[in-house]
Amino acid sequence: MVEVSPRAGIADPQGQTIERSLPALGFDGVIGVRVGKAIRFHVTAASEDAARTEVEDMCARFLTNPVIEDSCVSLTALT
Amino acid sequence: MSASVGVVQFPGSNCELDVMEAIRSLGGDAKLLWHRDLTVSGVDAVVVPGGFAHGDFLRPGAIARFSPVIAAIADFALGGGPVVGICNGFQVLTEAGLLPGALRKNDGLRFLCSTVELRVDSTRSALTSTTAVGDLLRLPINHFEGAFTCDQATLDRLCANDQVVLRYTSNPNGSIDDIAGICNDVGNVVGLMPHPERATDDLLGSTDGRPLLRSLLDQASVAT
Repeated sequence: MVEVSPRAGIADPQGQTIERSLPALGFDGVIGVRVGKAIRFHVTAASEDAARTEVEDMCARFLTNPVIEDSCVSLTALT
Repeated sequence: MSASVGVVQFPGSNCELDVMEAIRSLGGDAKLLWHRDLTVSGVDAVVVPGGFAHGDFLRPGAIARFSPVIAAIADFALGGGPVVGICNGFQVLTEAGLLPGALRKNDGLRFLCSTVELRVDSTRSALTSTTAVGDLLRLPINHFEGAFTCDQATLDRLCANDQVVLRYTSNPNGSIDDIAGICNDVGNVVGLMPHPERATDDLLGSTDGRPLLRSLLDQASVAT
């Protein structure tokens, strides 16, 4: 799974709107809300390291825009 | 012979015919380029128009930059050819690495559809060569992800190199330093969120887009 989130310092209007709305439901004390997206897929690779290298390359070149987004790759072995 | 301008059509573009009409109204030739084209067909300038290229899936411009015509446009730009990206076209050019920075969602999460006032801050771009610094222009904007953003070092470089072409006089979307349009360091590649092609006739409420497209046609003539 690749988690894509707005980079630190990049304004996130979705996160700001959610953060401002939470107190209306009584959820006080929530700060730092950031909204991103999760991209899930299966990848076939020789090893976990090989899979990570490949997915991180995908992130850098396509799945994220490194100017405004960070990515976090989580791998789970299926076999 | 009048300068010819290639206007790129992606699946999901929606301003390409408006741009062609505007170019023709100024005496230029306009030619439609398909996103799968391998060349820019010998045109003198290229416009990447507004719309939702490839549905803006993943991110605006993220898929479009892999269209074959983008490689041809990059070569054309490298050779000094004038290239302008309008709205979605600006997003495509940043994703393709032809312009620095990126466009993020507007502050307030609103799709903006209005006419805004802009100030020309640099005349060394292919789009502003016939204007003067300080000129005020009224142009329409139509975007959701139109807030220009970049890191501080990039912003410092843009300002120091006179690459900030247009600024909003009243910032509608939260873009950094009120930036509405920028150019590359040479000045031949320009991106802007407002739509000059929609301000080329009195019937449209403004003709302030004409000097910008006139500049592009002038630069296109020079380039040939």
